[in-house]
Amino acid sequence: MIRLDAVTKSFTSRQGAAPALHGIDLSVGEGEIFGIIGASGAGKSTLVRLINLLERPTSGDVSIAGRRVTDLTGRDLHALRRSIGMVFQHFNLLSGRTVARNVAYPLELAGQLTKAQIAEKVAALLARVGLSDHAGKYPRQLSGGQKQRVGIARALANDPKVLLCDEATSALDPQTTGQVLDLLQEINRDLGVTIVMITHEMEVIRRACDRVAVLEKGRVVEEGPVTSVFLHPAHPVTRALVREAEGDAALVATDAAPGLHLRLTFTGAGAHQPLLGRIARDFGVDFAILGGRVGHIRTTPFAQFSIALTGGNGSAAMTALRAAGVTVEVIEGAAPTFAPARVERQFHVV
Amino acid sequence: MWSDRINWADIGTALSQTLTMVGISLLLTVLIGLPLGILLFVTGKGQPFARPLGYGALSFVLNIIRSVPFIILLIVLMPVTVLITGTSLGIRGVIFPLVVGTAPFFARLVETALREVDRGVIEASLAMGASPIQTIFRAVLPEALPGLIAAVTVTAIVLVDYTAMSGAIGGGGLGDLAIRYGYHRFQTEIMLVCVVILILLVQLIQASGNSLVTRFTRR
Repeated sequence: MIRLDAVTKSFTSRQGAAPALHGIDLSVGEGEIFGIIGASGAGKSTLVRLINLLERPTSGDVSIAGRRVTDLTGRDLHALRRSIGMVFQHFNLLSGRTVARNVAYPLELAGQLTKAQIAEKVAALLARVGLSDHAGKYPRQLSGGQKQRVGIARALANDPKVLLCDEATSALDPQTTGQVLDLLQEINRDLGVTIVMITHEMEVIRRACDRVAVLEKGRVVEEGPVTSVFLHPAHPVTRALVREAEGDAALVATDAAPGLHLRLTFTGAGAHQPLLGRIARDFGVDFAILGGRVGHIRTTPFAQFSIALTGGNGSAAMTALRAAGVTVEVIEGAAPTFAPARVERQFHVV
Repeated sequence: MWSDRINWADIGTALSQTLTMVGISLLLTVLIGLPLGILLFVTGKGQPFARPLGYGALSFVLNIIRSVPFIILLIVLMPVTVLITGTSLGIRGVIFPLVVGTAPFFARLVETALREVDRGVIEASLAMGASPIQTIFRAVLPEALPGLIAAVTVTAIVLVDYTAMSGAIGGGGLGDLAIRYGYHRFQTEIMLVCVVILILLVQLIQASGNSLVTRFTRR
């Protein structure tokens, strides 16, 4: 649906050209919720603005739905932008227009509908985002979450195939963030809209995204399904982002406990299996839990434990765990924080 | 009784002259200054039509006009005024210099008001497929409405001030009356009455401006 090929972007200033993005290759599939995560200054905002050409790439190509759009101008550019909705961190609503007229704005710009048709469409959009009762209010009379719903309704007005969310939940409290993420997923599911989400919070990626790219200093340092990147972060930056969201319990190997240190990852239905006790009985092993985290990635449950295995037949226990669909990683070394585990990416989602 | 020495009919005429001058000049100032202000805004740094050279040139010319004291501008412009309106006297003779004197000032206020509009709103409009021109007319100007009303208010008050000054070169109005009777003929009462009327006029303009700004502020 969206492809970036070797895209670079530099900003020229008095000090000379400052590169913001270096050779970005990204491909977002149709109907996917794709997350782009990174610290501030990593280049996420610039990256998302390349997709609707609010920023022009310095080199490389942008394609939408198989069509190269890099050099579009004038009417073609405006038509492209109408087919891509955008939601902003600070909502960017027109303060002088009511909720209904904010949602009507992109329809008025397109100029293809009559007033009655616009009114009808606005009513349907407001119903979708649950704001039918607030149509006549001005943005300042709304809460942050309500404002963002208006922003989402407005972004959907021209039936876009792609929705870009630039830190859409970063100005919201956790509860409202959850509601807005639920709404976005609902839109993705019901309308098949491809969503690209920029965020600095791993929590947002975990709750809402299918795949994720980690951006650091203008480069993609890690990319993959969220289940993989979130549970087995390989790059230090990704690890730092996961640790920020989860605490470091799940990833830290403590050297204090004796025995074989393993990291076990259960995903899917397997996360709810009473497996560890059975393995302990069958193979005469004991385990100490060193750390762990349990939760959901979108709707997929997961559980991840770092354990120290002692006694019995350790390697047979590992084989049995793997056979049951658990991802088993041996944590080596005694590094205090992130000993690079011998990553064995075997994804048996049970 | 002090009021017997005042010719109220003269004052009525002078007031209506002042109102006419302020009204017509304000209308023309807005008609000329608003496009100039928009031009300053869009050609300014970081805007959709950023043109540093064009902005610099326009800015330079407007600054020159703004640096000339109005009383001098009145005199300097006399030949041009005569050329355009046929006279440099009376209401007709004074409107041209009034507009020349206030339009650059108003244009600057417009530029400032437009710059106050949240950049995010402009970006959102562009992201929705609006052309830069649509963005300016459908998003930026409506969002700047309270600021623009405030700019018109301030300009109207400056015009009241300038019309009084133009009395010095025969422009008519309350300022003219105040100077002719109050200053040249030592009829202090007339001067006082004129000043009081001017004060009331300015207060009225400011109060109406403020209430309009409040009415149109949705932020």
